[in-house]
Amino acid sequence: MSITADNPDGGSVAIAAAGIRKEYGDRAVLRGVDLTVGWGEVAVLFGANGAGKTTLLRILAGLTRADDGAVRLAGRPMHRRGNRARRLVGFAGHQTMLYNDLTCRENLAFYARLYGIRDAGQRIDDALAQLNLSDRANRRVRTLSHGMQKRLAMARAILHEPAVLLLDEPESGLDAASVATLGELLREWAASGRAALLTTHSVEVGLAWAHRALTLDGGRLTGDVPGYPSTGSG
Amino acid sequence: MAAIAGQPTRKTPWRAAIRDARLWLLLLAAVLTLVDGYLIFVVAPTDAVLGHIQRIFYIHVPISILSFLGFLLCAIAGIGYLIRRGESWDRLAHASAEVGVVFVTLALITGVIWARPVWGVWWTWEPRLTTTLILWFIYVAYLMIRQYAPTPQQGRVWSAVVGIIGFVDVPIVYYSVQWWRSIHPVQVIGPEAADDALEPIMARILIFSLVATLALFGYLLLERMALRKTEDTLAQLRRDANSD
Amino acid sequence: MELLRGALAIAWKDVRLELRSRDVITSALVFGLIVVVVFNFGLNRAPGSLAPVAPGLLWVAYAFIGVLAMNRAFTRELEQGGLDGLLLAPVSRDAVFLGKMLGSLIFMLVIEAILLPVFAVMLDLPTLSPTLGLVILLATVGFATVGTFFAAIAVQTRSREILLPVLFFPVIVPVIIAAVEASALVLQGGPMTGVWTRWLPLLVVFDALFLVICPWIFGFIFEG
Repeated sequence: MSITADNPDGGSVAIAAAGIRKEYGDRAVLRGVDLTVGWGEVAVLFGANGAGKTTLLRILAGLTRADDGAVRLAGRPMHRRGNRARRLVGFAGHQTMLYNDLTCRENLAFYARLYGIRDAGQRIDDALAQLNLSDRANRRVRTLSHGMQKRLAMARAILHEPAVLLLDEPESGLDAASVATLGELLREWAASGRAALLTTHSVEVGLAWAHRALTLDGGRLTGDVPGYPSTGSG
Repeated sequence: MAAIAGQPTRKTPWRAAIRDARLWLLLLAAVLTLVDGYLIFVVAPTDAVLGHIQRIFYIHVPISILSFLGFLLCAIAGIGYLIRRGESWDRLAHASAEVGVVFVTLALITGVIWARPVWGVWWTWEPRLTTTLILWFIYVAYLMIRQYAPTPQQGRVWSAVVGIIGFVDVPIVYYSVQWWRSIHPVQVIGPEAADDALEPIMARILIFSLVATLALFGYLLLERMALRKTEDTLAQLRRDANSD
Repeated sequence: MELLRGALAIAWKDVRLELRSRDVITSALVFGLIVVVVFNFGLNRAPGSLAPVAPGLLWVAYAFIGVLAMNRAFTRELEQGGLDGLLLAPVSRDAVFLGKMLGSLIFMLVIEAILLPVFAVMLDLPTLSPTLGLVILLATVGFATVGTFFAAIAVQTRSREILLPVLFFPVIVPVIIAAVEASALVLQGGPMTGVWTRWLPLLVVFDALFLVICPWIFGFIFEG
């Protein structure tokens, strides 16, 4: 991995968030969240519906602006003009961010151009292979099943080889085999020294994949169980 | 409360001063408006050509000028909000837009009442009148966007942006309508504009009207900002109640 | 460089999508024709006598088509959350704006180019000239700049269909005036000093002003 070369100063912490607050009208969704995720760590975020998991992830990805607080990814500030920080993030959310009338390869090629990836053809092949989509490369997204679209969204998120992966309920809607593929991907991810933060409603999946479990309740992090060995099974 | 603890707060006298300023301004606006009414309807000479209808001019002109001032304030406060993110910037922008839309509406209504007897038509695409109409549309869009935004935060940012774009646009609208009209002259029966034929007494009353209307404008602006502040406090209390 | 890379990638993606689905261009073409037909009956003129109002009809139709096309171009980004994808990418917000604006500009120019001869026949327009092409280009740049900006706001609200025209039309009044007047002068075939001394400079000033301001404040409208 090119993390250290790319990023000489942010070696110790992958994600650092401090004092994150977010209000939506009458409701305070996040009320001061402090969070760090280290390199080589996969952390899972548990919380009830509406606890603010998605909002927190979107703030970390730079998609939503926090009312207060700061986010740093590998030591780089994430803000409106934070292009350098954005390059380090791979994000897969509830929506696939794909275009229905383009093929799998065309969708990835578009994002490869946006990220300025050199040797894009090879990277696209690799990402498709990693998510078991090689045989669908030239099919239009519209014709794919929901699960396949979701896997393609995953391929999109890792296409530019980000250092930090943010996944919002990655396992929902996937069949057992795809969940296993994803688990394998995350284990390699951590083994290569990169970092990931994911949310899930499945305690089983979360504990199997992650090294560390966090719980979000009432707009604050209420639990942090670090250092248990990930079984990494899938 | 802080005063009891022996620490004089800086905020409280400041707020009291604003509240006092509001009351004084209300009093001032009330007195000035009453005197202004007397000046307009009793003191001002009846226009030799236009007759009594000319008196609406003392109301229409100050209102029109101040509706543009509201727009200027709204754009400046919008820029301030985008840069500084202070709630008070947004309160100022919002209040200027709301007071502004009232003034623009009155300017249009008095303009139409003026146009019918003087120019022989209810409406004419005169550059100032047309620009005022476009201003009205932009103000309305400004307020609509606050209404339709999914979150109040987005409403504040988006309306600031609309205020800035509208402000840049208005001078271009004015010049394009002026050029357009020089090609398509509109049929009018009366004098085009009465400005050049203003007697000194008329000019003085006009300036007095402007001052009176400015006081009214200032009062409404401060009152609306204070109301917005109360609304914000209420929203904050709700938020605290919801999250505990 | 990065600005150009991002903008061209987005514009090229939009063109490619449009070549696949053709939904913007087809619907806008049909809509443009309907507008002319409805105007024809609405104005109730004798055959062949629409020429004096033709420039006005042309530009009202183009402006309506513009609203339709730009709304559609941005709605596409919301179908599967593509807008988030653009905002996640390490390209500046200006690049996103220019990319979407360029895409809409290309669509609208194509639609206008196809509709112009049709209008020429239906409205009995006397001549078509390069100067008219320049007027259409400059006015469409103004439409696409302001329209893309407001479409980005409007599609994020619950009343996107109504909000875009309400925001768009007041602001582009100068473009409509300049385009109609310049087109009328060109189509009359008389002296064209007004075109070069007034209306084209007005369009250039409008375009330049909003091409600076819109990208500059575009980043603010995606703060969620």
